Order: sequence, then C-alpha cells, then structure tokens
Amino acid sequence: MNTTFRTLMGACALAALAAGASAETITVATVNNGDMIRMQGLMDDFYAKHPDIEVEWVTLEENVLRQRVTQDVATKGGQFDVMTIGTYEVPIWGERGWLVSLNDLPDSYDIDDILPAIRDGLTVDDELYAAPFYGESSMVMYRTDLMEKAGLTMPEAPTWDFIKEAAAAMTDKEGEVYGICLRGKAGWGENMAFLTAMSNSFGAKWFDMDWKPQFDSEEWKATLDFYLDLMNNYGPPGASGNGFNENLSLFQTGKCGMWIDATVAASFVTNPNDSSVADSVGFALAPDNGLGKRGNWLWAWNLGIPAGTQKIDAAKAFVEWATSKEYTALVASKEGWANVPPGTRQSLYMNEEYQKVPFAKMTLESILSADPQHPTVDEVPYVGVQFVAIPEFQGLGTAVGQQFSAALAGQMSAEQALDNAQKLTEREMMKAGYIK
Amino acid sequence: MARSVSTNRKLVTTFFAWAVGLAIFFPILWTILTSFKTEAQAIADPPIFFNFHWTLENYVTVQERSNYFRHFWNSVVLSGGSTLLGLIIAIPAAWSMAFVPSRRTKDILMWMLSTKMLPPVGVLVPMYLIFRNLGLLDTQIGLVIVLTLINLPIIVWMLYTYFKEIPGEILEAARMDGATLRSEILYVLTPMAIPGIASTVLLNIILAWNEAFWTLNLTAAKAAPLTAFIASYSSPEGLFYAKLSAASTMAIAPILIMGWFSQKQLVRGLTFGAVK
Repeated sequence: MNTTFRTLMGACALAALAAGASAETITVATVNNGDMIRMQGLMDDFYAKHPDIEVEWVTLEENVLRQRVTQDVATKGGQFDVMTIGTYEVPIWGERGWLVSLNDLPDSYDIDDILPAIRDGLTVDDELYAAPFYGESSMVMYRTDLMEKAGLTMPEAPTWDFIKEAAAAMTDKEGEVYGICLRGKAGWGENMAFLTAMSNSFGAKWFDMDWKPQFDSEEWKATLDFYLDLMNNYGPPGASGNGFNENLSLFQTGKCGMWIDATVAASFVTNPNDSSVADSVGFALAPDNGLGKRGNWLWAWNLGIPAGTQKIDAAKAFVEWATSKEYTALVASKEGWANVPPGTRQSLYMNEEYQKVPFAKMTLESILSADPQHPTVDEVPYVGVQFVAIPEFQGLGTAVGQQFSAALAGQMSAEQALDNAQKLTEREMMKAGYIK
Repeated sequence: MARSVSTNRKLVTTFFAWAVGLAIFFPILWTILTSFKTEAQAIADPPIFFNFHWTLENYVTVQERSNYFRHFWNSVVLSGGSTLLGLIIAIPAAWSMAFVPSRRTKDILMWMLSTKMLPPVGVLVPMYLIFRNLGLLDTQIGLVIVLTLINLPIIVWMLYTYFKEIPGEILEAARMDGATLRSEILYVLTPMAIPGIASTVLLNIILAWNEAFWTLNLTAAKAAPLTAFIASYSSPEGLFYAKLSAASTMAIAPILIMGWFSQKQLVRGLTFGAVK
C-alpha cells in the first residue's frame, strides 16, 4: 500500500513537472479598458485552442503602461511578451526595430480585412508591426431632446458654425446644462488630441515641410479663438480640468448638450445602467469647415510583440487569437454585438447583426474619414491625425497643451498661449536637430 | 471661573483635535464609502454621502478580475523582508553611531538622509538596467533589496535616536561582565530598545507596503504587490472610481488594521524623547 502510494505520488509529481515544463507562460501588458477586461474573461477559448500556453496579465493605467512598456522595449528588458500599444508608438518603435514583424501571420488571419486607415498607421516599410485590437475615432454625441427643444436638427456631417449655433441654443447655465463639453485638461493625449484634430479642420498644422512650427499661423489662431469662444460661452465651469472621464460623467448626468470625443464613449452614454440620458443620444460626424478635413482623430489599441521576447511563437499565437475574426464572433456570442471591440475589421461592419448597433455606422464612417498619412489640408512631413509620430511629440504635445489649457482657464490670452507654444516648439525642434 | 476656562479650553482643543483627525481620515472614509456605490453614484453631483443603495458588486468584480491574494502575499513578503533585512543592517550601524561616534558620525547621518532627497525617477533607467542584467526584474528578492535601501536611512536615524537615549554605562557594565559585542547588542541593547525597534518596524512596514514607484516599475506579473493591484483599476476611458475604491480599500485594509492594533506602540515610539 505504502509503496503504491509513493509510486502514485511520484507519478503525480512527474506529471506536474512535465506539465509545468511544457506550458509556456507569456506576460501580456495591457491597459484597463472594457474590451481588454472582457478578453481576460474569455481566455478559456484561447486555452482550449492552445493548451500549451499560459497567459499572465499585467493591467496598468494608460500613462503608467506607456512608461513601463517604453522602458522595457527600449532596454530589451524582456518583462513582457505582448504589449498593448497605441497608434503613436507603433511606427516609431517599428522603425527602430523594437517590434517583431507580423507579416507572417497565416492567411486565415486575413490581414487585408483590417481597416486600411488603421493598418496603414501600423505599417512601416510594408511590415505590419502590431495587430489592432480596438480602434476608435471621435464624433459628436448630442442630446436629441435638447436639440429638438432648441428647434434644430443635427446634420450627419455638421460644420463648426452649426456646432456653435447649437451650443448657444442648448445652453441653460441656470439649469446647469452646457451646450458643449470638450477636453480642456492639459496633455498630448488629452486636450491636444482634440485640438490637433480640430486644427486639421481649420487648415492648421504642427509643422511645415521644413519642420518649422506653425503656431504663429492664422489657422492656429482661428482654431484656438473658436475653441476658447465656444468653451467660455457655452462650456461647463472648470473645463480646463476636464478630460474624457470628466466629460463622460457630465454628459451621463445630463449636463452637456453636445460632446465631441472618442467613439468608444457611445457605448457608455447609451448604457442605461450608468447614463441618465441613455435613450436620448444621437451621433454625428466630427465637424468641419468645408476645407476637406474633419476634426476627428484616429486611434487604435494594438497588440505588439517586443523584439526582446524569447517566446515569439507563443506571443504570435496569442496576438493572432485576440485580434482575429473568430474572437469577434466569440465576444458577440457571449456578450452581444454591442460589446464587440470596434474599429478594426471591415468584416465586422458588413455583419448585419452589428449594423443594428446604434453607433456602429457613425463609428465606421468616422474612422474611414480619418487619414493618418495625409492628416492636414496642406502637405506635412509627418503622419498621425491627432499627434505627430515623432518621439519628441509626447513632451511637446503636453507642453503646448499646458499653454492652451492655461488660456482656457483664463490665465493668459490666446495670443500669448500661441506665442509660447511657437517658442517652446521651435526650441525643442532645434534641440532635436529638425531645424537649425 | 478658572475651572470653566479650563473646561472651555479643553472643549476647543478636543474639537480641534477631532476636526484635524477627521480631515486626515476623510479621504480614507470617502474611499471606503465609494467602494460600496455604483459607478454612477460614485460620480454623482452633488456627492452622495450615506443615502445610497449599498452594494458589494465592486468587491465581487475586483475579486473576479484580479488575484488579490497573490498581490497581498507579495506585499507581505516585500514589506516583511525589507524590514527584517533593514534591521539586520541598521541595528549594528545605529549602535556604532550612538555608542562609538566618530568625528564624521553626524555627517554620515546627514549623508544617509540626503539620499532620500534624490527623486527616484532620476535613477530609474540605471536601476532598471542593473536589475535586467542581474535577472532581478519582477522578483521578490530584487524588490526586497530596493525597499531595504530606500528605507534604510529612516531606520538608521530612528534607531540612532532611540539608542542615544540608552545610557552607555549599562553597555559598559555588560562589557565589564565579559559580554561580547554580539551579546551586548543582542541581549542588552536590543531588549532595552524594544519599544523603539517596534515602532521602527511598524513604520517601515507601512512605508514599504505603500511604496508605489519602484514596486510598479520593477515588477510585472510575479512579484507585483498591492500597489500594482490598485494601479490596474484606473482607466483613461470609462468610469472606474467605485471599482478603484474597492481595490484601494482591500489594499489598505491589512495595514490599517495592523496600524489600529499597534497604534499605542507606534505613537509611543514616534514621540519617544519628543518632550524632553
């Protein structure tokens, strides 16, 4: 009995060791958003298909994640085997050879199904360096009841002048209803994401073809004047501290007539559990000025494999699964079509079931109307709609954003803010060697 | 009359003390209250204090999404390990500075403290590279070493202050009785300095438990403590305050309970010698 027991125990231990040795563990660094959290709950499907791969998740706040993965990929630290990175990082990292090319994904993955606007932003010299998991643009979300009360009809593709007219008509400061809510919090991914995209529709640009900063142009002045006028007259108080979440809560509690922000917000503001205005929200394309560019951005969260990893095959298997058409179908079957990660695959938007989701059409049209390769009215030497895909942009964008946020807070004039922005950008670009 | 003035004064002092105490405790109270709200209630304007539908939903979500106990265990190992290692180094160091001071002792103490003045981010990249080369990234031992080094100046300073209060003659007497250096520190000095050592231990555990810069930067999945657990609940797009509050409450609960039970010891140690 004793011997049998010992033999059994030994066999168990060996089996455990063998299982431990054969299972490969990959670490995935990710951001805390609904789609990523949902994926963590659906991992059984991945394990069923890949019993030899274990996945460890490291979920971090966006800014912490960005800093952690940048540090790791730049030093080849090897902490992560798959990284969730934005459209801004992919071309810069890809060019430096920090990411593994995904061109050899199997035909069944159907790379051509990825929306061209998104795929272009992730491709450097014909090499795809990350697979999009979720894509977004920005659009106008508005209160249909307030619009009706104001006697106006929101066009599908409004102009900035219409937005101003509607904001004035919807504002009821005594009733704490503000015609428009826009980002004001300083940061390259906060107010500057919005303002850079907005400036494109005013014909402005960050740099000319010689990389000379353009904040002293008439177009930037028109952009900032319009933004400040809109926000000072029809925006909520303390708007210089408002980012996505602050405006989301204002809109959900019925305090905003219109909100121009990420398309992903559509699923939040129409969710009756969190939003008191869920049944009276309409959507429209981001505004324009008739110059051929709209004020919407383009962003995607993507899965990339750092060049420092030792587990490329397992990492690729995970990326392939997480960004596949099959995963989309899996989410739809478990959680419904409204919860499918949007904005990455054309096939999703051809799906009849998905077309019934109220914000699907406007999300797709917004994404398709953004062109990261040609973001501005005039020709520019950079790519990126709401950012400039150069390593210096994070610091520059935030520094300029601080000037514009201060102008919104009334601490300086628009002229002063633009002048400061011009000087600091010139200084940094000179230091970085773009201009002499 | 005199009695009435004294009562009034006592009332004012008591009121003031309570007001300060409540002001300090309010963020924690608010976090705990928010953890029982829905996300919509968490952002309600005007804020809701007690009149809301209490729910445990956030705790269930956090429990489902994260491995709390693994993070908790890492926090215990990191704070316990760094405190123990710190004491092993700091007790002899503080002994020599307190009882065998040299001309440079004060300077050394100041120099040790000055290392706390350097912003940690200034040495992040070199530290990261050293950790990578030594294979210490995302390991408990690596973090224990870092946390020990960070808190060592404080431990040495605190122990030095306590040891200075102990009459050197007692140690001298022990030496005359034939005690070796080891027995002098272990059997004479340490028992007399127990209150001081206890409060140093408690403070160091709290500091190590709450350390969020290095524990976030040098860990990934395996050695991440509760600070990383909290950080995973902040979201740039979407409401998260209620869930984040639940995660924070779960993370601070153990240290709060420990502090509650040991507050007498902690206060006694921290105010030791303050009224001299």
